[in-house]
Amino acid sequence: MVLSAADKSNVKACWGKIGSHAGEYGAEALERTFCSFPTTKTYFPHFDLSHGSAQVKAHGQKVADALTQAVAHGQKVADALTQAVAHMDDLPTAMSALSDLHAYKLRVDPVNFKFLSHCLLVTLACHHPAEFTPAVHASLDKFFSAVSTVLTSKYR
Amino acid sequence: MGFLSAEEKGLVNGLWGKVNVDEVGGEALGRLLVVYPWTQRFFQSFGDLSSADAIMSNSKVKAHGKKVLNSFSDGLKNIDDLKGAFAKLSELHCDKLHVDPENFRLLGNVLVCVLAHHFGHDFNPQVQAAFQKVVAGVANALAHKYH
Repeated sequence: MVLSAADKSNVKACWGKIGSHAGEYGAEALERTFCSFPTTKTYFPHFDLSHGSAQVKAHGQKVADALTQAVAHGQKVADALTQAVAHMDDLPTAMSALSDLHAYKLRVDPVNFKFLSHCLLVTLACHHPAEFTPAVHASLDKFFSAVSTVLTSKYR
Repeated sequence: MGFLSAEEKGLVNGLWGKVNVDEVGGEALGRLLVVYPWTQRFFQSFGDLSSADAIMSNSKVKAHGKKVLNSFSDGLKNIDDLKGAFAKLSELHCDKLHVDPENFRLLGNVLVCVLAHHFGHDFNPQVQAAFQKVVAGVANALAHKYH
């Protein structure tokens, strides 16, 4: 799977339109991922996103803290993607440190990259309907897939 | 609790009531063929699929998309027995059409993207989660009779 010149151009243009909302969208995509694919929450026990906990401390600091952490993490993911967009010609080199992190420390099962990628697409579709044409949808899906491949490339 | 909670059924039916099934069907099938071009293997007789524009405006794609989504819509009326509702179609897709069930999962996710595209903020995380359950259920029901 290779990103064509058109794909790169589509992704750059779309990401450019997103601008300063990237962090917000990263957080929303994470929230959607946790909601639709609850098994993904297992990677964030320290966020304490469990439904029970939220109910017990309905409007408490704990929930606020968990949400703040999720939002901060969403920003982190978005920033990494912004870096990836700027270096689409050589993702393996640009993302080498993150590849190492995911392979040796985080070890997130590869299936989860598909869930997050899908929720990133859904988030962008919601917020930027004009940009989310079929061709751009395809380019974004390829781009997220390429990033996911790089992040899992050193797993074994 | 059946397949979906009462609240999830409410969310799904609430949104589905506002969907133009014919149009969304064509859009979803078109995007499937654009985003995952290998799915075009099932539609060799559909004519011009050479570009995103050609695919999205192809009348056979629109007609077939309409057919598929109307069938999905009928299935939603039997949400607590999707396997029963889609038993015959499952046999057809295995024995006659020879469609790898992975394609049902791909189409389901494309449909979710199309709904997000149409409904924007109304397609919030809770609504999405309910629909993810539905498309997964339909995909599994369509794969159920495979052998």
